Amino acid sequence: MPLPQPPIDNTTDPGARKIRPLELFFAFSQLALSGFGGVLPWAHRTLVERKGWLTQREFVDTLALGQLLPGPNIGNMAVMIGYRFAGYSGAAAAFAGLVAGPFVLMIAAGLLYQAYGALPLVQQALSGMSAVAAGLVLATGLKMTRSLRRHWRPWLFTALALAGVGALRWPLLAVVGALAPFAVAAAWGRED
Amino acid sequence: MDRSDLAALGLHFALLSLMAIGGVSSILPDMQRYVVEAHHWLSAKEFADAYALGQAAPGPNMMFVTLVGWQLSGWAGAIVATLAIVGPPILLTMAVTRLNARNPDAPLGRAIRGGLGPIAIGLTLSSGWILARSADHDWPAGVLTLVTVALMLRTRLNPVWLILAGAIAGMSGIV
Repeated sequence: MPLPQPPIDNTTDPGARKIRPLELFFAFSQLALSGFGGVLPWAHRTLVERKGWLTQREFVDTLALGQLLPGPNIGNMAVMIGYRFAGYSGAAAAFAGLVAGPFVLMIAAGLLYQAYGALPLVQQALSGMSAVAAGLVLATGLKMTRSLRRHWRPWLFTALALAGVGALRWPLLAVVGALAPFAVAAAWGRED
Repeated sequence: MDRSDLAALGLHFALLSLMAIGGVSSILPDMQRYVVEAHHWLSAKEFADAYALGQAAPGPNMMFVTLVGWQLSGWAGAIVATLAIVGPPILLTMAVTRLNARNPDAPLGRAIRGGLGPIAIGLTLSSGWILARSADHDWPAGVLTLVTVALMLRTRLNPVWLILAGAIAGMSGIV
């Protein structure tokens, strides 16, 4: 979907900059619609390398906070970055840019699925795609274990969450509600 | 699905959204349990298909909830499901940004980060497990899942190529 290119301006200090909400909207639309298989690499490319709105360090700091808060990392980043450059309207514009295009695409995918989803060839394609999608999620989880300390305690909480939600199919709210206080208490005062 | 079902779905997704530490994939198992197993609104296959389409389309991975909502209840479902998943985290992020967490090294913040991280990883692995259980109905599909895991861990390949390869493998009758 072609979108108007906002002008690139690298001349001023990013901390003091103001960016128009419309420009934020288009920048986030563009990076969302480029992001096949994950938006984060495109966010980095657009915000740090092409537009120079954020330094490397600011990008990583924003990402870390975005990961800590619940919700999609990139959505949280859009809110924080939008707010920083244009206040509430900037936050709203950046987030709207991030989801508007993909929302329309998903509806289109839904219409196609309703019309053609039952065709054998489409069913076969979806079977293969689902098997790959499952592998992508497993791989993401395994990559994340690289951040765990070499100590049995964090691994125990990973294993308990996997057993409760994955194997036993207990409700997530109950499992997280039961584990989280112990996990936070166990992590108190430790280096992570 | 009537209006009260839609309201219940919105409320459940909104509550879940606040647990989605590390992204939407950590709450995927509970969305599946709620929509497929508890209420039988979608089959496990339809849910897995929606997730696969969401992964294949450009945009944040969370957007597959739009498709789940759409399948349940058309436009109203798409809007309710999407807003329920994205709304509460945005408000929380806004509040935290407003408070301008100036002290990222505060002990409580560190403990929450260190404590919830391992749980988020367990939840993400649960998602993969549950998706694999519904997608890998025969051994070639299981092999495809394992090959995907190996390639993702060992290479920096763009996942969209793997999704495309999966579609081709499916259409040619391999899986």
